[in-house]
Amino acid sequence: MMHIENALLFLVLAPVIGGLVAGIDRKITARMQGRVGPPLLQPFYDVGKLFQKEQILVAPSQNFYITAYLVFIVVSGALFFAGGDLLLVIFAFTLAHIFLVLGAYSSYSPYSFIGAERELIQIIAYEPMIILSAVGMHLVTRSFYVADIMAAKVPLISYLPGVFIGFLMVLTIKLRKSPFDLSTSHHAHQEIVKGVTTEFSGPMLGRVEIAHWYENVFLLGFIYLFFAWNPLVAILVLAIVYFIEIVIDNTFSRVTWQLTLKSAWIIAGLMGLANLGILYYLSGVVPV
Amino acid sequence: MSYLSRSPWLLHYDASSCNGCDIEVLACLSPLYDVERFGIINTGNPKHADVLVITGGINEQNRQVVRNIYDQMPDPKVVVAVGICACTGGVFRECYNVVGGIDCIIPVDVYVPGCAARPESIIDGIVRALDILEAKKERMGKPGGTGPAGSPAGGAQ
Repeated sequence: MMHIENALLFLVLAPVIGGLVAGIDRKITARMQGRVGPPLLQPFYDVGKLFQKEQILVAPSQNFYITAYLVFIVVSGALFFAGGDLLLVIFAFTLAHIFLVLGAYSSYSPYSFIGAERELIQIIAYEPMIILSAVGMHLVTRSFYVADIMAAKVPLISYLPGVFIGFLMVLTIKLRKSPFDLSTSHHAHQEIVKGVTTEFSGPMLGRVEIAHWYENVFLLGFIYLFFAWNPLVAILVLAIVYFIEIVIDNTFSRVTWQLTLKSAWIIAGLMGLANLGILYYLSGVVPV
Repeated sequence: MSYLSRSPWLLHYDASSCNGCDIEVLACLSPLYDVERFGIINTGNPKHADVLVITGGINEQNRQVVRNIYDQMPDPKVVVAVGICACTGGVFRECYNVVGGIDCIIPVDVYVPGCAARPESIIDGIVRALDILEAKKERMGKPGGTGPAGSPAGGAQ
């Protein structure tokens, strides 16, 4: 059962919501640092400006890869909100990031190269946990379709608390927040110039930004699934989770890629796999 | 007003400054002055920058570096010379290795005098530079407009 209208809503509304969330994020971050902070609509001004700038192509293929990155992020998000197959969504999502990495590799810049390598390490770090989340949801609802998972009468969170904690761990990586903002950061502060986005300028960087907004809305949608049985609770949890992410972002310094990889996998193993194991073992006892 | 002047991203380069002006530039980012109120972000990447803020004068070691940074910035772009050394060479003007102010290598749009320049005057200079940025955007793509910078005023390459 596909809901095309939801996918269309996602196409139109996700950049608005994503941009606003980014604006609120920057405002709260500024307040935490004792600053006034930029206007709420600052992310929109930034992207508007980027589209007014000159486009410098370091390599012709850059343009193709970044457009493909944006398209596949949008496709994976639209599939998700249409209630499509969660596995297909995750594969499209991963493919999008591979395009981002290829875009970074297409220029001969050492900074861009290191950014691309770190982006790959981040993909390796978060991918198992995202797949485990989908498997966990399948164990509870017996379906990989988002529409079926949404319609589940039982609260997924009570069956998958470990998976949820593991997912929060990789969410920090995905939102490009400290301590895991290795490849590039959503803040101005720099690591190896600007990592994966070093060689993108003007409209191309604007497209990367918009893709990031789409991506954030998709990730928030993924968290929503854990609490889908009660929309009010779900929205509340989304707000709390995002606030915690901002606190973590402002409290921790960046860690090395080794620690990122290790901690992401250890949490995925301890929380995710253990959760799934217990669930599988109990599935004979407790009706799911 | 277009989006340009609402979201100017700075690139700060220390040419051969005594570090006094650099400290004042960094002070602009502190909670007291908080230039992010104006959407100003201190970026480290010339390809993301709109405003090039340079402190200190040009010497023989960094003339290529300054030129290179300037060339990597996408149009429209403005250059703000902060401090008297960046404007004219200042007290180091007579040194054997100092070429002079920033404008002997790249075109400068706003000169912020002072030794060291106060944060207030640096912010004032950058806000003035935003009007020039808008004007450059208007002229972009038109004949006689600001394309990539031509030969710098009175300086050897």
